[in-house]
Amino acid sequence: MIADCDLRFAIEIKSHIANRKLQIMPSASRDIIVSNKLGLHARPAMQFVDLANQFKSDIKVTKFGDEPGEADGKSVMEMIILAATEGTKMRIDAEGEDAEEAVAKLKQLFEDKFGEGE
Amino acid sequence: MKLKEFIVAEAIIPQITATDRDGALRELVTSLAGAGALPADAVDDVVAALIKREQNGSTGFGKGVAVPHVKHPKVTKMAGTVGRSVNGIDFAALDHQPVYSVVLLLSPENAPQQHLQAMNAVFNNLQKDTFRRFLRQSSTREAIAELLDEADQGK
Repeated sequence: MIADCDLRFAIEIKSHIANRKLQIMPSASRDIIVSNKLGLHARPAMQFVDLANQFKSDIKVTKFGDEPGEADGKSVMEMIILAATEGTKMRIDAEGEDAEEAVAKLKQLFEDKFGEGE
Repeated sequence: MKLKEFIVAEAIIPQITATDRDGALRELVTSLAGAGALPADAVDDVVAALIKREQNGSTGFGKGVAVPHVKHPKVTKMAGTVGRSVNGIDFAALDHQPVYSVVLLLSPENAPQQHLQAMNAVFNNLQKDTFRRFLRQSSTREAIAELLDEADQGK
């Protein structure tokens, strides 16, 4: 049986560790909307993964909407499986020393419509 | 979307004769036309478009599989099929390994949603180790068709 004060102590230690982890591991995220007409098909997915792989950070992509999903931003297959169509709301999360730069540059890809012009 | 909604079972090639990428693409497209899933006079154009697509970036996504695909005005209805190579084909894959299983997908233009749903169905299965292994081991058209059926049923 754990006494109340022990439990409180345990929770404090846990949150302390969690806070420390946050401090040493920067993270950043950006909300995006798929704006190119063809959606996140193979070529843009590969373009995204190529860029994501240039960063040390872990990259996670979350898709919202009727068919939500999650993908490792460094896996072409997982990104294609998201099947994100035009207008889909998504979020890019990065965790690592270059997290901020990663999400900024990755978001730019979407804003540039992956060079598709429409 | 289920695989059977666009994979033409009669066009499955259990043993691709060609040893190179372009030859394999032609075999698969010709097979789809032979099964009536594509107008015969569209074969040359579609093959050329697929080759161009590969040159822009390989669809050999690694792990021995390639998913060549193209949206083309001469494609009236989305259609796909599967080819298998025992010796492996050089697809200039991302992981530089030979490709043993090819899933071809042809889409009409102006149906990007449908195309993404089909790619989703293909990759949902291709990312599974067991599916890739069974696909590589299935040596007849019937065995491959059965594997795809089972995948649709979530087995």
